Amino acid sequence: MIGINVYLALIAMATLLSMYRFMAGPTTVDRLVAVDIMTTITAGLMVLLALYYQRMILLDVALVYAILAFGGVIAFARYMEGGL
Amino acid sequence: MNALTALGEALVLIGTFFYFLSALGLIRMPDVYNRMQTSTKSATLGSLGVIVGVGIWALGEDFGSVAWLTKTIVIAVFLLLTNPISAHALIRAAYRSGIPLWEGSVMDKYREHIEAKAKGEEGETPKEGGGE
Repeated sequence: MIGINVYLALIAMATLLSMYRFMAGPTTVDRLVAVDIMTTITAGLMVLLALYYQRMILLDVALVYAILAFGGVIAFARYMEGGL
Repeated sequence: MNALTALGEALVLIGTFFYFLSALGLIRMPDVYNRMQTSTKSATLGSLGVIVGVGIWALGEDFGSVAWLTKTIVIAVFLLLTNPISAHALIRAAYRSGIPLWEGSVMDKYREHIEAKAKGEEGETPKEGGGE
């Protein structure tokens, strides 16, 4: 209908804005928030590419990536809090 | 083009637009609490739209089957459950590591809660001692 290029352009703009916050964030938690948003966007991008390349195995890759990103963000948050 | 493809593409377009809005909120908001507030909510909604939209879109294609919709719904439910947990852990780490609120903020419920709990414990301890 519209074409996958529009979706990929919107995702690329969102990733670039998050990358700006990652590089220019004043505190460490700002950078962690940017990383959290970027991993969420990357999981959606993997699902979209699974449809584009017609490979169903990329859906499993997206699920494992989401699980690992969740564990990583929780570990960093516990470390910032001083409990790790 | 059938109706399932059109519905899936519309959901994917809405989801990517919400991705863009969440990154824009990450740029525009003044402090880390407001940034977390805007960006986590809209990124969760955007990923739900993209992932479920891809599952519905694949049903309308030639290669598609119901397994696509099942797997995408599993990923979407996982993201819906875990994104608030990671946001909560991050924002509690930000508060306890002493990052100050924006100077325009007017309400701090968490500090009121902590002060009320400390005052309640202080008040209860002498009363128990006096009762005995």
